[in-house]
Amino acid sequence: MELELRGITKRFPGVLANDDVSLTARSGKVLALIGENGAGKSTLMNVLSGLYQPDGGEIVIDGVVQQFKDPGDAIKAGIGMVHQHFMLVPVFSVYENVVLGVEPVTGPGIMNRKKARTEVREISERYGLAVDPDAMVEDLPVGIQQRVEIIKVLLRGAKILVFDEPTAVLTPQEVIEFFGIVAELKNRGATIIFITHKLKEALAIADDITVLRGGKVAGHADPKTATPEDLASLMVGRDIDLTVDKTEANPGKDVLTLKGVHMVDDYGRAILNRIDLSVRAGEIVGVAGIQGNGQTELVEAITGLLPLAGGTIEFLGTDISRATPRQRHEAGVAHVPEDRNHMGMVGSFTIAENLVLDSYYAPPFSKRGVMDGDAIRASAEQLVEAYDVRPPIIENTGSALSGGNAQKMIVAREFSRDVPLVICAQPTRGIDVGSIEYIHEQIVRKRDEGKAILIVSTELDEIFALSDRIVVMFDGRIVAQMQASDTTPTEVGLYMAGKAA
Amino acid sequence: MSITSPDGGITIEPDPGKGASFFRKLTTATDWKTGLVIPALAVFTALVIGAVIIMLTGSSLAETLDAYKALLQGSVGSLRAISQTLTEATPLIFTGLAVALAFRAGLFNIGGEGQLLMGGMLAVLAGFTFTGLPWFIHLPLAIVAGAIGGAIWGFIPGYLKAKTGAHEVIVTIMMNYIAYRLVDYLLKTSLFQREGRNDPISKNIEDSAQLPALLQWLDPAATVHLGLFLAIGAAIFIWWLLFRTNTGFEFRAVGANPSAARYAGMSVTKVYVLVMTIAGALAGLAGTGQVLGLLDRASPGFSAGLGFDGIAVALLGRSNPIGVVAAAVLFGGLNAGGQYMQANADVGIDLISVIQALIIIFVAAPALISAIYRVRINTQSTQISKGWGA
Repeated sequence: MELELRGITKRFPGVLANDDVSLTARSGKVLALIGENGAGKSTLMNVLSGLYQPDGGEIVIDGVVQQFKDPGDAIKAGIGMVHQHFMLVPVFSVYENVVLGVEPVTGPGIMNRKKARTEVREISERYGLAVDPDAMVEDLPVGIQQRVEIIKVLLRGAKILVFDEPTAVLTPQEVIEFFGIVAELKNRGATIIFITHKLKEALAIADDITVLRGGKVAGHADPKTATPEDLASLMVGRDIDLTVDKTEANPGKDVLTLKGVHMVDDYGRAILNRIDLSVRAGEIVGVAGIQGNGQTELVEAITGLLPLAGGTIEFLGTDISRATPRQRHEAGVAHVPEDRNHMGMVGSFTIAENLVLDSYYAPPFSKRGVMDGDAIRASAEQLVEAYDVRPPIIENTGSALSGGNAQKMIVAREFSRDVPLVICAQPTRGIDVGSIEYIHEQIVRKRDEGKAILIVSTELDEIFALSDRIVVMFDGRIVAQMQASDTTPTEVGLYMAGKAA
Repeated sequence: MSITSPDGGITIEPDPGKGASFFRKLTTATDWKTGLVIPALAVFTALVIGAVIIMLTGSSLAETLDAYKALLQGSVGSLRAISQTLTEATPLIFTGLAVALAFRAGLFNIGGEGQLLMGGMLAVLAGFTFTGLPWFIHLPLAIVAGAIGGAIWGFIPGYLKAKTGAHEVIVTIMMNYIAYRLVDYLLKTSLFQREGRNDPISKNIEDSAQLPALLQWLDPAATVHLGLFLAIGAAIFIWWLLFRTNTGFEFRAVGANPSAARYAGMSVTKVYVLVMTIAGALAGLAGTGQVLGLLDRASPGFSAGLGFDGIAVALLGRSNPIGVVAAAVLFGGLNAGGQYMQANADVGIDLISVIQALIIIFVAAPALISAIYRVRINTQSTQISKGWGA
């Protein structure tokens, strides 16, 4: 089916979310829709899926103008959404999830389980999805859960599949498998819309690329000829340099030293297995690894949020293994946590309050237990200015910020402290290109000031863009350590996948 | 600590002085609509439905209007009515604060009843045990004893939550039962029981421990007492604590996002213990005000559901101390007016409970109000506690 959007316009009070957006998705082709946060991608998809009614323009499928009053109409017209956050019942089996809401029945209120199972198996086999209909969803890895979502929309007769940031939650291996599935769907004539902010993926998989900026179509690109820089420039409306400018590192003395750091889970299994690691002043050490191989625990061990089962952590020659998070904070450890909404900020607090989240109790922000609103506000005004947090309205709540600006706020809080060690976990996860560029610059600047920097990232591009030294974690162990200049992404990728050193 | 910009060029030396507007934004009710319009419409709607109920039971429109006139008369129609309203509001301010403060820290304090009872019992004990003390020593002593009694009853669930993860809802409910029966038991012991009585009733407190009535020089039946000013003082103190101090910052951070609070170096367990202890003290002061200002003694069930009403008051007041005072006065007025209405308009005071419950339903489900009156509201800002999942 061919999908055409003609001049879609959608207004919200005070915002023109989509302004005369036109695009075409062809049968058997992949259209990548890219744009920064707030560019209007989500609104456009909500229009397409019938959640919003457009204020202007029309949706045309195979030459027929469509009117979607609700999501049910969109599904009937053959549009299927695969959301970034899966909508599955964890304690139901795969086939129960798939038929939920459209259960085949043998009589009133009695589900035809045999038919449901067969239908699910058929779809799974036809598209090579290899999903067991009887598996419990909660037992499945994320990549397989995503396939369950795909089966769900296929079972409902979708011919136009919309994927919202489908690779955000996948491991590199799962991404490769996912691309295989997309190729199979394409071969069978499906129309695919792929929403992403990962430019390389868009170039790798798409047949057409449409870039949104500020609610408008900023341009179309041909994936055969376009470069990531071209796309990034279209997205932000100015030239973007995706490579990080940095000079040779000039490392000094050890700032952080881990010796035999060990951590176990509730069942006594090692999550961190005798980690030895040091970070020197004036260097960036990048920890590469697939999500869930102990990186989160490594950071929380260093910052004192999780207790050690063995080993020592030395900071500037002092053993801080038993120090509280606050003691480590005061000793000079800055921490940009991996999950900014869950840990890095209090969404309902103002930007000003979030900017003093870990320093609220000490002068100049507090004297004798009473907080000084003027001091907090003055500091916040300076920080949002200096770190380009937009909009720079310090009375707004943290949750009102876009992902990139929330991250800049957290970076402002942590980087504004003049401390010897900065730990950044997933510093640019899920944020826009402009903010990524900015945060990378700040990290390099910190290094050049002679600070020790530890970066944890699941993005190999980021590891290579920033690191002077790379360590790879697999299964709670450090399986490789090398100078960034002596290795390649391919080699690091192999270590990430568990190849022994 | 000094703040420097990334290029090291700007160093911030903030001006000393007090800021007024910084903490204006509250975690709940961030705009005037959700903060004022919804409660006002909820009260109005509940009164309309109350009127329908009266008419459905066979009263004419005129009789219904008479009943509401009596309600108004009995709550604000005279000095005595206003005094009665404020007398009823006094303990509700305290128990409302006890619930609201805990809400702010993400805890649901159902234990107001028990905390109130234990506070009242210790206040009574101090009130009759010490004799011959001047009032300016005896009264503060009895008040402090009452606060301590409630604080102990709040500390226990806070400590159990911090150390073992026991859910505060379960523990505070159980602490209520323990308190009810403990009061019954204590009132039969020689320590508390009045000489010559077989029923469970305590000795009367000394005059020197009484919270003085405020308006009896104008009207001997005006019961409002000094406890009202204690309650308003407590509300101001709690507001200051929440929005001006380090401790309050920690309370609110833990309530809104415990993971972020822990990341920021705060002790979540310490906050749980401290919040529940202060909340318990506030509820304890509710009981203290009742026994020292109104009852002069303790008898079984003198909590009279005030601890539970505090939950409703905190909800209506959106966990804002100032809102709690306003909500408590409204509920106090409904109670006072309801008594008058029952006596003068032949409409039972039970109707007042119905109206109060309806108000809370509309406040808790603002979508109903926005649907009826076509007002736009931010329904997200009405979440007050994370409840069971917390």
